[in-house]
Amino acid sequence: MKWIERQRAFMDYTLSSLWRRKSKNASLILVYTLVVFVISSVIFFAGAFKKEAEAVLADAPEMIVQRMVGGRHDLIPTGYVAKVKGIRGVQSVTARLWGYYYHPASGSNYTIMVPENFPHADHAVELGHGVLRTWGTVQGNQIYFRTHDGETLVLSVVKVFEAATDLVTADLILMSEPVFRKISGVAEGFATDLAVRIRNEQERRTIAEKITQAMPDARPILREEILRTYASLFDWRSGYMLVLLSGAVLAFFIFAWDKATGLSAEERTEIGILKGVGWDTADILMIKFWEGIGISLTSFVLGVLASYAHVFFASATLFEHALKGWAVLYPAFTLRPVVDAFQLAVLFFLTVAPYTLVTVLPIWKVSTMDPDIVMRQG
Amino acid sequence: MRSVRKSTPYLIFIALCGVCLGMLLWLHPALSARHHQDVLEVKRRLVLELRLTDLCLFTEARYTRHLSQADLHSAFQDHPLALEHFPSGSMVRPPVSLWMRQ
Repeated sequence: MKWIERQRAFMDYTLSSLWRRKSKNASLILVYTLVVFVISSVIFFAGAFKKEAEAVLADAPEMIVQRMVGGRHDLIPTGYVAKVKGIRGVQSVTARLWGYYYHPASGSNYTIMVPENFPHADHAVELGHGVLRTWGTVQGNQIYFRTHDGETLVLSVVKVFEAATDLVTADLILMSEPVFRKISGVAEGFATDLAVRIRNEQERRTIAEKITQAMPDARPILREEILRTYASLFDWRSGYMLVLLSGAVLAFFIFAWDKATGLSAEERTEIGILKGVGWDTADILMIKFWEGIGISLTSFVLGVLASYAHVFFASATLFEHALKGWAVLYPAFTLRPVVDAFQLAVLFFLTVAPYTLVTVLPIWKVSTMDPDIVMRQG
Repeated sequence: MRSVRKSTPYLIFIALCGVCLGMLLWLHPALSARHHQDVLEVKRRLVLELRLTDLCLFTEARYTRHLSQADLHSAFQDHPLALEHFPSGSMVRPPVSLWMRQ
């Protein structure tokens, strides 16, 4: 109990001392909180997005087979379906028909696609919520398209996907096969690529090899590669994250270094007086320790709280402009709150511990000097 | 009248922040799990039925819209040393199947 009372007395003194320089310390806490906010927002966003992508794409096709012409993805003849189906271990092969449609009125690109079973009439379409939001020229349920040969095509919107599914459907327009071919100009007998289902997951690499042997112009893409692409999308080492984090970390180091080397005359005099009235070095170190803890812990807690609200309640709004790039259409999505306790602990030790140390170290040098010299220097 | 010690409001503030943080980190994910699971099921069903391969995140260019299906030279679409001009190209890595082979 006596120890706790003693520490509280140190805290009382430290808080009074901080309050005397409240504007300086408030700006310090503000900057520090912002650094923690940016870093933890990135950590929360990257972690939650990684989990979301992994969960959503878990049922993606085991393999996609593309045809390459001149080093580029080209239309695949539907005759390839039978060739792939003939390979032992392949469960089913579906020719996927999909492509892009640029709508000049909205200045946006949309993904047009033919589902395997389209339950509506030829003139009907199903849309993603983002399409309806950005298209601009929807009249009632009528939507106008321009076909590849310049004709105008009026289609009826029969279904709009829920806004909650924006992460997979925001720019999606589903239509019948004849209408797709009319709009995109993809000739009969060709598809965009093939989706392959495999009986035994273990055989996927062998099947991929057999496909490239049988069709040298084919390029198989495995589901594990799709998942790994998204797992590394917002990786720590990816360009944007690196730039964002290095800026924040550098700012923090400059800030901490300035604090470590710049002990003000007022602070020196205060230490000299405390030594003069009988405080020993350990007591002075203790008040500075509480000062470091007070500022860094407050900033850490406020920064993490703000970043959690930013990422999981406000859908990472501040990152939206960066992620959106030049795109007109950006999906509205809410991430499932996932926080890695280990990453949070690392963030805590990388922010609270160094600051507390750099606060204590210069004081230790001064507090071991003779009080008379310290006061004269101050 | 006995004045309040400076450390008392500070400790109360930190304790309240700690409680809020604890609730957000542990209680909020648990409480919202059901809602998120329902939405996730819908998204997974769409991925399965439509055989989707990519998330609709960057719609500015075809190689950022379908990241995993991008050409071999993407994100530097035209040739390996071509300068990238779409902002999202600076945020993402090329498809993992390309750089893992090196």
